[in-house]
Amino acid sequence: MSSVISVQNLNHYFGKGQVRKQALFDINLDINTGEIIIMTGPSGSGKTTLLTLVGGLRSAQEGSLQVLGRELCGANEKQLTEARRHNGYIFQAHNLHGSLTVVQNVRMGLEVQPKIPPAEMIDRAKKMLEAVGLGNRINYYPDDLSGGQKQRVAIARALVGQPKIVLADEPTAALDKKSGRDVVELMQKLAKEQGCTILLVTHDNRILDIADRIIYMEDGHLISDDSVNALAIAGDGARG
Amino acid sequence: MIGFINELRRRTPLGWLQLSRHRSRLLVALSGIAFADVLMFMQLGFQNALYDSNTRLNRAILADIVLMSPQARNSQSLSTFSRRRLYQASDIQGVKSADAMYINTVSWKNPQTRKKTIVQVIAFNTEQPALDIPEVNAQLNKIQLPDTFLFDKGARGDYQQVFDKIEAGGEVTTEIDKRTISISGLFQLGASFGADGTIISSDENFLRLFPKRQAGSVNLGLIYTEPGADSSQVATALKAYLPDDVKVLTREEFIKFEEDYWKSGSPIGFIFGLGVTMGFIVGVIIVYQVLSTDVNAHIKEYATFKAMGYHNSYLLGVIFEEAIILAVLGFIPGFVVPLGLYNLARNATNLPIYMTLARAVMVLSLTAIMCVISGAIATGKLQSADPADMF
Repeated sequence: MSSVISVQNLNHYFGKGQVRKQALFDINLDINTGEIIIMTGPSGSGKTTLLTLVGGLRSAQEGSLQVLGRELCGANEKQLTEARRHNGYIFQAHNLHGSLTVVQNVRMGLEVQPKIPPAEMIDRAKKMLEAVGLGNRINYYPDDLSGGQKQRVAIARALVGQPKIVLADEPTAALDKKSGRDVVELMQKLAKEQGCTILLVTHDNRILDIADRIIYMEDGHLISDDSVNALAIAGDGARG
Repeated sequence: MIGFINELRRRTPLGWLQLSRHRSRLLVALSGIAFADVLMFMQLGFQNALYDSNTRLNRAILADIVLMSPQARNSQSLSTFSRRRLYQASDIQGVKSADAMYINTVSWKNPQTRKKTIVQVIAFNTEQPALDIPEVNAQLNKIQLPDTFLFDKGARGDYQQVFDKIEAGGEVTTEIDKRTISISGLFQLGASFGADGTIISSDENFLRLFPKRQAGSVNLGLIYTEPGADSSQVATALKAYLPDDVKVLTREEFIKFEEDYWKSGSPIGFIFGLGVTMGFIVGVIIVYQVLSTDVNAHIKEYATFKAMGYHNSYLLGVIFEEAIILAVLGFIPGFVVPLGLYNLARNATNLPIYMTLARAVMVLSLTAIMCVISGAIATGKLQSADPADMF
């Protein structure tokens, strides 16, 4: 399998001068096509920072960060914006646009890709909503949906453009156990169908089992990317 | 261009959807913009009415060339010059005749309410029509009688009974400086900012009314040229021939002289200009408030769009889309309300306040500029939409 994300000797710092603080230390990581990776670890361990770097939401400073064969280290704002279009994002909050209906929200995920005709955009958005089980709610506004439904719309928006990579940050944090479970299983199912890679940051131990590989981070260091070890450590963390 | 239109058709009309989703907020915004538009329309309307009404007399004068004192500031304060200049003017080739016009303001008793108010008295030699007012020219025989005057139907004030009585063929008497005069006819000129109304009579009646004025000192010289003579050439010849104590103006220059006084010589042009500016600034502030509230309310969504790969320019487009929508929608009530207010003001003041296409286009452009300026200020807030903060 080919690697979609390749991180080598990545360091990252926040702040400048005296208050400069290193957030990531010498990260090395390879992620292959179709893998579902869960990143876990305590708060402040740098996992979200790593996720934003991979997603092109921050510009990488030191080392090498290749996403889909593109070097993001030292990329400018325009290149980063273009790079983001290959990714789907799912946030802790659904971040749906309250003035747009469900189908219009999902359509926004396609509009960013140039050259898709309007009719096709609507068509694909509807199909995607059917796939997440909301085919009968396409003209609802987000305010009229439950938390789990909103997160499913957010998944539809992230996946409708058929991204190569899906980046998710605590997608289940705002949901109850059942809807949280439904949401990740849906992500897993759709990602497998589309053959995309998922990088998911979570504290939620209940969903660790969907991962092909679990990465454990602490204090800006990547401690383990071996599944068994990571599970054991994460389990300890949860108990302690 | 076709590419641009296609791009527009593909695009979700986000600005419109955002605005229309919050109806009450949109209504408040639109009434704010309409208010600014109404302010601008009223100021411009009054300003224009001022110029129009104050040049009405100048426009009505039939003479080809006008003489006046160099001290003259406007037709309400004309000062005087010697009638001898008129006789001298007749020496110039191309001058057919030269007549005097006497103008003064006086306080008279409103025949209906018996209250004192200011009217403008215009007088001329009745052997030949001096004004382009058909009713006056048809009643020249009436004002040849002593102490008889014609009165302006467009005068501002309570005169309805007077008009009715005269129109029924009667006569109304009143007092000016303890002298009884009678009004035996009506004409249509209209009030100006300088005078509430105008009365017209012969030069003899004028001198009876103002015993201190002498026939030899006149306010305006009305010069009629021979048919076929070029009045600007005659004017140049007059300027060269007559001494410096008199100013020679062609008819067009005479109208412009009056307009220039009100535009720059008086504070009024400045005041109305300031009024328009205030309306504009009020509009900018209101639209800025609306747009910046909107940006703040959607900052998370905007950051999400940036994370999805939308460029900053896309979001700028959304804000300017909102600005233009607000400008156009706000202009509709902002245009309709002044139509009614113009009507109201016209009836109340007898000033010639009308909506003109040029003014409507001007205010629409000002509204668009106003909204775009506000939009440009509001885009500053977009910088705080950082997609990295979304995780």
